[in-house]
Amino acid sequence: MADGNRTMRGRILIVDDDTALSEMLSIVLRNEGYDTYLVATGDKAVPAFREFKPDLLLLDLMLPGMDGIDVCRAIRAESGVPIVMLTAKSDTVDVVLGLESGADDYVVKPFKPKELVARIRARLRRMDEPGPESLTIGDLTIDVAGHSVKRAGETIQLTPLEFDLLVCLASKPWQVFTREVLLEQVWGYRHAADTRLVNVHVQRLRSKIEKDPEHPEIVVTVRGVGYKAGAD
Amino acid sequence: MNVTAADWSAQPQPIWRTHPKHWPDIWRRSIQARIVTGTLLMSTLVLILVGWVMMSQVTDGVLESRRTSAQAEVRAQLAQLSITIDAANRNTINQQLSELVLGSNRPGLYDVLLVPTDQAASNAIRYTGLVDSDSIPEALASSVMSDDSKLWDTYTEINYRDAPGVPGLVIGSQIRINSTGDRYAIYFLFPLTAQQETLDVVQRALVTAGLLLIVLLGAVAWLVTRQVVTPVRMARRIAERLAAGKLEERMQVRGTDDLARLAVSFNKMASNLQRQIRRLEELSRLQRRFVSDVSHELRTPLTTVRMAADLLHETRDQFDPISRRSVELLQNELNRFEELLADLLEISRFDAGAAALDLEDVDLRDIVSRVLENHETLLHRKGCEVQLDMPEPCRAKVDSRRIERILRNLIGNAIEHSEGLPIRISTAYDEDAAAVAVRDHGVGFRAEEAEMVFSRFWRADPARARTTGGTGLGLSIALEDARLHGGRLDAWGSPGDGAYFRLTLPRRPDTALTGSPLPPRPPDATRVVTELVDVGAPYQKLSGGEDR
Repeated sequence: MADGNRTMRGRILIVDDDTALSEMLSIVLRNEGYDTYLVATGDKAVPAFREFKPDLLLLDLMLPGMDGIDVCRAIRAESGVPIVMLTAKSDTVDVVLGLESGADDYVVKPFKPKELVARIRARLRRMDEPGPESLTIGDLTIDVAGHSVKRAGETIQLTPLEFDLLVCLASKPWQVFTREVLLEQVWGYRHAADTRLVNVHVQRLRSKIEKDPEHPEIVVTVRGVGYKAGAD
Repeated sequence: MNVTAADWSAQPQPIWRTHPKHWPDIWRRSIQARIVTGTLLMSTLVLILVGWVMMSQVTDGVLESRRTSAQAEVRAQLAQLSITIDAANRNTINQQLSELVLGSNRPGLYDVLLVPTDQAASNAIRYTGLVDSDSIPEALASSVMSDDSKLWDTYTEINYRDAPGVPGLVIGSQIRINSTGDRYAIYFLFPLTAQQETLDVVQRALVTAGLLLIVLLGAVAWLVTRQVVTPVRMARRIAERLAAGKLEERMQVRGTDDLARLAVSFNKMASNLQRQIRRLEELSRLQRRFVSDVSHELRTPLTTVRMAADLLHETRDQFDPISRRSVELLQNELNRFEELLADLLEISRFDAGAAALDLEDVDLRDIVSRVLENHETLLHRKGCEVQLDMPEPCRAKVDSRRIERILRNLIGNAIEHSEGLPIRISTAYDEDAAAVAVRDHGVGFRAEEAEMVFSRFWRADPARARTTGGTGLGLSIALEDARLHGGRLDAWGSPGDGAYFRLTLPRRPDTALTGSPLPPRPPDATRVVTELVDVGAPYQKLSGGEDR
């Protein structure tokens, strides 16, 4: 199905032990113009990741060999590449555990192909958009085009999602963003979705950019509403 | 040591320390109190009876011997007297009578009283020792007067003119003076002071012994019942702990008596219960786990099938008509399959107790509007009109996702079964509760089916319901969602007159429901099913019987 004459829109590594699902995912994604690579066990995922250098990782949570959570942590330790989890469980514990281990987004089985493609596009969207300017928030300097964040000349490593979240908040400082608005602007959800995504990623972002994550000064919680950039 | 009020209340209070108003409680709840009180009451009665019998026997014995000796004394005196009197003449009679009285007197032993009858020449009353003539009871006097041959006696109080009265024995007889024909009544008054003292001593001894006995009997009863009641109380405490879920609790077994056997049986029962409960818990856990696992395991292959079907569905225009229709059917049924799986998973989550509320303050009217928006196409297709009776904001702290699911279900069902007739949605609230009711005028259901509509996979009519879709779990989930809120979901139905579902929710999560701001039946319900109602053929059998 992969059209050779189309330019590949991105490279996706699929880690799933169900070969039928992997193949089907591969067919659908190739049909959408992505290049795919399949891995069936958890322990092969990290070497394959290094070799294939994907733009995005589709990761099943329950894997033989090495658990999906551990794979997620291992890859997040060396790369900020977007990770979308595939999970059969939508219960809070599983989802939050997956998100905390570094996944950017998750899709609950059974999902519609369009839904998955929408999620993947939202995560790869950044590649299509030209960076407008540079932003300053607190003592941070954000180079949107260069995709880097600096504090006093020192670069802070952020994943693309965390970067997008920070840029979204910093582009309109003092404006309060509800979790729903953030879900729409950062994750690309059209309908209201799981606000736990926002909570977990705000925590992760704070742990990297705040001097004291317990008392945030850059990403501030507005009780009962959402988040905004800048301290009171 | 400082003892606070809380410390006191933590300990079981002794009976005498508890407030009197709790005593009826103690009486009802404590076997020991009842037995001890009963023993005290009964032994008091028995002792009073025994004491009374003993006392009267002793009294009889003491007095009878005195009476016998007194009578002998009197007879001897009378015999002496009759000789003296016979010798008396008219002139000296007064003198002689006085002497006689004085002469027969035995100071300290008895006193004598001589009373003349009406015919007597001398009507002076003669007496010794200052005894008062009113010491003689009326009855004795008349007895003595009526019979001149016998000795009469009675116990009475002997009064003195110079001293307080004492208990005594009075023996009376008639004497006749042959020379004058006068008759006198002569009374011998024996004071029984010594006897009285003896009896007083005996009585005091009896009362003291009796009181002592009652106290001791009470103590014995208390000790004996304690022996029985203590293990029973222990059994009660342990049974309570077992009931509270502490299945490891067991009674102590001491010896081999009845109580020990009670403890052994009790422990055996507890062990069996524990084993059974553990087994059932394990079974139930396994079953829930199985449902959850099956639902999860089905998801991966379903995802593959879903994606394949979507791919085929998108390219269905290139297929021949038969394949195209097949793909459409596949797609539709996959949708249903997905819904069913999602519902099953939701149910298994409720069964596992894993469902949690995410509360926020919302206006129920907003949720109704949102649901109606979602159902717009269905409303259009069914040609169904919606009447809203939602006059004012109806706010409650609820999980809006779950409430939306309930209302989506109720309103969806109402539209499905509306038969083109308008449906009506009402909201109302009071201090504690908020309610939403959905009324349709479709085919309805029988009164006895009102509870069954919430059963899993229950369908009013299997032949018809297939076409209306739905998973058969919608109302079960709605009911579980309502219960999770501490609310309730009621169904009312009447064949031919439609159905009415009322959702009542507490406005705050910590309040309990006492009623509902909306009536349990629709206000426009007709009592009798008229034949004019156009019911579909499969439902005709329903419209026959019930007319509520």
